[in-house]
Amino acid sequence: MSANEDRLSATLLRPLGRSGVLWYAFVAFLGTIVAAGLFAWFFQMWRGFGVTGIRWPVYWGFLITDFVFWIGISHAGTLISAILRLVNAGWRRPVTRCAEVITAFALMIGGLFPIIHLGKPWLFFWLVPYPNQRLIWPNFRSPLVWDFFAISTYLTGSLLFLFLPMIPDFALVRDRSTGMTKKIYGLLALGWRGTTGQWHRLEVAMQIMAIAIIPVAVSVHTIVSFDFSMAPVPMWHSTIFGPYFVAGAIFSGIAGLIIAMAALRSVLKLHEYLQPIHFENLGKLLLTMSLLWGYFTFNERLTAWYGNGTSEINTFQVTQGGSFAPLFWTMVLVNFVLPILILGIRRFRTITGCVIASIGIVIGMWLERYLIVVPSLAHKYLPYSWGTYSPRPTEILITVATFAAMILLYTLFAKFIPIISIWEMRAGEHPAEDLIAAAERRRLGETHA
Amino acid sequence: MAHRWGMAVDLDRCTGCGACVTACHAENNIPTVGELQASRGRAMHWIRVERYFEGEFPEVSMKYRPVMCQQCDAAPCEPVCPTYASHHSEETGLNAQIYNRCIGTRYCANACPYNVRFFDFFNPVWDKPLHLQLNPDVSIREVGVMEKCTFCVQRITAATITAEAEKREVKDGEVKPACVQSCPSKALVFGDLADPESEVSRLAESPRGSKLLEDLGTAPKVTYLQGVEHA
Repeated sequence: MSANEDRLSATLLRPLGRSGVLWYAFVAFLGTIVAAGLFAWFFQMWRGFGVTGIRWPVYWGFLITDFVFWIGISHAGTLISAILRLVNAGWRRPVTRCAEVITAFALMIGGLFPIIHLGKPWLFFWLVPYPNQRLIWPNFRSPLVWDFFAISTYLTGSLLFLFLPMIPDFALVRDRSTGMTKKIYGLLALGWRGTTGQWHRLEVAMQIMAIAIIPVAVSVHTIVSFDFSMAPVPMWHSTIFGPYFVAGAIFSGIAGLIIAMAALRSVLKLHEYLQPIHFENLGKLLLTMSLLWGYFTFNERLTAWYGNGTSEINTFQVTQGGSFAPLFWTMVLVNFVLPILILGIRRFRTITGCVIASIGIVIGMWLERYLIVVPSLAHKYLPYSWGTYSPRPTEILITVATFAAMILLYTLFAKFIPIISIWEMRAGEHPAEDLIAAAERRRLGETHA
Repeated sequence: MAHRWGMAVDLDRCTGCGACVTACHAENNIPTVGELQASRGRAMHWIRVERYFEGEFPEVSMKYRPVMCQQCDAAPCEPVCPTYASHHSEETGLNAQIYNRCIGTRYCANACPYNVRFFDFFNPVWDKPLHLQLNPDVSIREVGVMEKCTFCVQRITAATITAEAEKREVKDGEVKPACVQSCPSKALVFGDLADPESEVSRLAESPRGSKLLEDLGTAPKVTYLQGVEHA
C-alpha cells in the first residue's frame, strides 16, 4: 500500500474514531428538536387535527408542503450520482456518496408526511395493497396510492444504490478494526474479499442501478405532482406540473447537496477532497437548473394569465399581487435573480457564493411548494367559500424538526460510514490502464467493434 | 329499480332564512364547534346559504344560494380517495361517504369544486342535555374523517324499505330530506330523477334551470332554478 493510499484512508476514516464533547452536544441538540417534533405529532394525534392551522377550505398546508419539499430534496443523490456515473465524470468521485445519502434520508423524512398528515395515521396501512379477509383493496385510481408505489420503489432503489458502493469500504473498516466493530462492519461487508469476480459484479450492478434509478426518480416527482394536477383545482390542473416538479426537485436537490458538501468540508476538514472545482461544477449545474426553473415558472404563470379562466385568474392574481405576493416575489428573487447574479458571474461562483445561493434556493423551493398548495385551495370556484390559512405551532414544530432530523441523520451517517467513497477515490488516483481503456471504449460506444 | 335521487333549488323562492341549515344540523347530528373553532374555519354546515350582493349602494339586492353536496354523477371526490371511503352508490346514485373507511387524507375535499366536504378536526361534543336529542338513525363521526351531505340517506333507506315491504315503488314526495321538509317557502324539491314523472325531474328540465359549475363536467344532481331578469 503506497503512502498516498494510506493517507487517503487515514483522513477519510478519521471521523469514525473517537468523538469530542462538541459532537455529542450537537447530536443531543438536534435530537431534542426531533423529539419535540415527534411530541408535536403525538399531540396532534391525541387532540385531533384541530391543533394545526388546517381549516375549511384549505385542507392541506405546511405538512403537504414539507412532503413535496423533502421528496424534491431527495432528487440530489440519484440524478447527480447516477448521471455522473453513467457519463463517467471523474470529478464525481468524492461527491456521489454525499449525494446518495441525502436521497435516502430525505425520502425517509418525506415519506413520513403522507402518514403524518392523515386524520387517522394509525390506519395508514389501508393505503397498502395487501390481502385481507375483507377483500378490500386500495383505490388504484387515487394518486395517493400511486405515491405509495412510487416512493417505496424509489426508497428501495436508492437504498440499494447507496449500499452497493459502500461494500468495499465496509470491508476496509472491517479489516482495520477489532472486536465488536469488526463484527458489525464484517456483516455489512457481505463477505467482500476484493476478488476480480466481486469487482466485476459490483461494476455491473452499479451500471444497472444507475440506469434504472433515473426513470424511477423522474416518475416519483411526476407522481407527486399528479397529487395536484389530477384534481380539478385552479392552477393545479395543469399539464406542466410533471416536468415542473421534476426540474424543481433536481434544483432543490443540488442546492441541498452543495450545503451538505460545504458543511462536511469544513467540519471534517475534507478540503483536499471537496475542492473548489466541485463547487464550481455543481454551481454551474445549479445555474442551469435555476434557468430551467425560471422557464417553467414563467410558462405556468403566463398560460394562466392568458387563459384568463374565471377561477384560475383569481388564484393567479392573489399570488402575483395579492396577499401571497410577498412570498411569491421572495421566491422569484432567491430562486432566479440571486442565483443568476451569484452563479452567473465567475468571481462570485466561489464556495461561499454557491452556499449562499443554495440556502436561498432551499428556502425558495419550500416557498414554491407552499405557493402551489395553499393559494389554489384558498381560491376555488365559489367566492363564498374562499378562505385563508396560517400555520399554528404544531405544524411549524414538525417542519423545523424535519430539518433537524435531516442534519442529525447526516451527522450520524458521517460518524459511522466514510462519507467519501475510499475505494472510488483510489480508483480515481491510480486507474488501471486497461480500466481506462475499457471506459474510453464504452464512452465512445464502440463496444461492438 | 335503481334510483337517482336529486334535488331542485328555486332561487327565486329562497329567502335565506337558514331553516334548512338548522334542520340539517338537528337531523344529521352535526356538531356545533363554538365561537373560537368557528373563527378558525372549523364550522360544519352540510348545507349553507351563500349570500351574494348585487349592484352598488343604494341599489343593492341580495341573492341567496343554498349549497349542499351536489351528488355529482362524475364526482371529482371519488377517484382521488385512496380507500374508497368516497364511493358512488349504484343503488341510489348518491356519493356515499363511508366514515369507517375514511383515513382522513382530505384529498376529496380539495378535489371538490363546491367545498361542501367537512373534516372532523376534533371528536364531537354536545353539552348536556343536548346529547339526548341526537338522531339514533345517523352515526356520529369521530375525529379525523370527512363528512358531508347525504341527502338524508337514512330517510331514503327507511322509505325504500317500507315501499319494498308493501311491494310498491317509492312514491314521489314520499322522501323528504330535513332541509326540504323545513323550507318554509318550498324552495327545495326532492325526488327521483330516474322517474321521468317526478316533480324534480320536471324541474330539472325547466328552462329556468341550471347546474352549479356545470362546465367542470361534474354532472351534478342538483338543479338551480332562477328566472331571467329583463332589464
